[in-house]
Amino acid sequence: MSEAREPVTGIEAPVYLQYQFTAGRAPSRFLSALKQGRLTGQRCPGCSQVYIPPRGACPACGIATEEEVTLSNKATVQSFTIVYIPIPGNPIKPPYIVANLVPDGANISFIHLLSECVNEEVHIGQRVQAVWKPEAEWDYKMDNIIYYKPLDEPDVPVELIGKLGVDGREVQP
Amino acid sequence: MAQLAAVIGTGQTRYKTKRGDVSIAGLLREAAVNALEDAGLGFEDIDAVVIGKAPDMFEGVVMPECYLADALGANGKPMLRVHTAGSVGGSTALVAASHVQSGTFKRVLTVTYEKQSESNAMWALSTPQPFAVHLNAGAGGYFAPIIREYMRRSKAPWDVGIKVAVKDRLHGARNPLAHLHKPDITMKEVEESMMLWDPLRLLEACPSSDGACAMVIAAEDAVDSSAKPPAWIRGGAMRSEPTMYAGREEVNPRAGRDCAADVYAQAGIRDPRRDLDVAEIYVPFSWYEPMWLENLGFAEEGQGWRLTMEGATSLDEGGDIPWNPSGGVLSSNPIGASGMIRFAEAARQVRGDAGAHQVEGAKLAMGHAYGGGAQFFSMWIVGADKP
Repeated sequence: MSEAREPVTGIEAPVYLQYQFTAGRAPSRFLSALKQGRLTGQRCPGCSQVYIPPRGACPACGIATEEEVTLSNKATVQSFTIVYIPIPGNPIKPPYIVANLVPDGANISFIHLLSECVNEEVHIGQRVQAVWKPEAEWDYKMDNIIYYKPLDEPDVPVELIGKLGVDGREVQP
Repeated sequence: MAQLAAVIGTGQTRYKTKRGDVSIAGLLREAAVNALEDAGLGFEDIDAVVIGKAPDMFEGVVMPECYLADALGANGKPMLRVHTAGSVGGSTALVAASHVQSGTFKRVLTVTYEKQSESNAMWALSTPQPFAVHLNAGAGGYFAPIIREYMRRSKAPWDVGIKVAVKDRLHGARNPLAHLHKPDITMKEVEESMMLWDPLRLLEACPSSDGACAMVIAAEDAVDSSAKPPAWIRGGAMRSEPTMYAGREEVNPRAGRDCAADVYAQAGIRDPRRDLDVAEIYVPFSWYEPMWLENLGFAEEGQGWRLTMEGATSLDEGGDIPWNPSGGVLSSNPIGASGMIRFAEAARQVRGDAGAHQVEGAKLAMGHAYGGGAQFFSMWIVGADKP
């Protein structure tokens, strides 16, 4: 019995992963505050910088962070990209803007979606505000904020991005 | 005092989108056999094997170092796997080198690889995190905002990235192993390619490749087996830093500057542009050439793009400091191997073994790799002359 031998160059062998995230103390407090509709960070007792999401230690100083700080719903665009590729499993349609945002009161950026904007007009230093889901849908997730939208406020000078207090003013050293 | 070590053999596979003719083990063995042949040795001459690759998720195969031992002739010998994200090809070479420099082993085989066609590296890099929104869109999505900030600061012309994309593909057209062969590529073609992560276009990004790269590193008294001259390791350094901390310099990371200062000091390099003959630098996205020209001290801060635009890094334009004559990561990107290809290509240059992309008379060369959020760096300097 002879069979044509086709080279086997691939078989489907999917791998599915499910993992249990142990948040630890600092992220637990962060995620609990998110469920109550608040963005929080933690201040480093060494360098006074405020981290979001707080991971329980300052990566620059290597010391534990404890002091919790409530952050503003307002933020500044540190930088951004306009993405033309769909994210698998995500309903968002390209092109969409993923921005590095620093909320007022924090000294580090996180990424979030920028929407209700003209893509070509988005710029570094632009002021934006969080748009939250209805309270009934709040969970232990950053997705409680659907996206950020432009705010009619003057741009933040580049040298002050990441240095504003929770009131949106420059922190005096 | 560390002992002298040298590269006495390099071996690579042809890089392409899918190597359907070989398994992962077959791919690595191909590169390893090529390197051994180049070194004039057999598997029986090797004392230890050091391998490296990027995250296991990229192929869905977990712990490849365990099942690859026999394919790499490591049965009964020490075998070790290294992982430092995209810089792993470089750090694996440095771990292999230190196995020799420490005096522990005489001949070490080191191999790195990626078989991107077996899974989906872009999305394997972009898994959801519990404390962030799931908007990460591959390495390009991560680096595009950093590139945008570089463009703002340096006031570089908008088409610097396009120039790099063309230059490295013209280099790649000289290299028979390169994944992309585009001898007729133009600035216009790159400009008109699809925007993926504004400001990065498709042709300003690296391809997804299958491939492996291997080297044999030997002690001073064991370099004579090869018909070609050895590439003496004149310096090697690694640095790391956290992905994120307040005030982190993301455009010009400190870990990169510190790593370069360390490796230059070891090799006695004061001015890298003047002292080096050629450099193979990890540039997976076009704009990282001007950014790394500054980070590595080839240009003043804010001035890197001028070298690119003047043709200083181009072989075809007769530049004084060619970067990536092999075509670089922009022409071939088997991720885990990409760093080692830079290191091996630097060695090939000083051995006079680089064929159509040889830099005439190259005596001193740099290999460089970076990974993670531009937070892991590995670099080496190799020379034709024994230190």
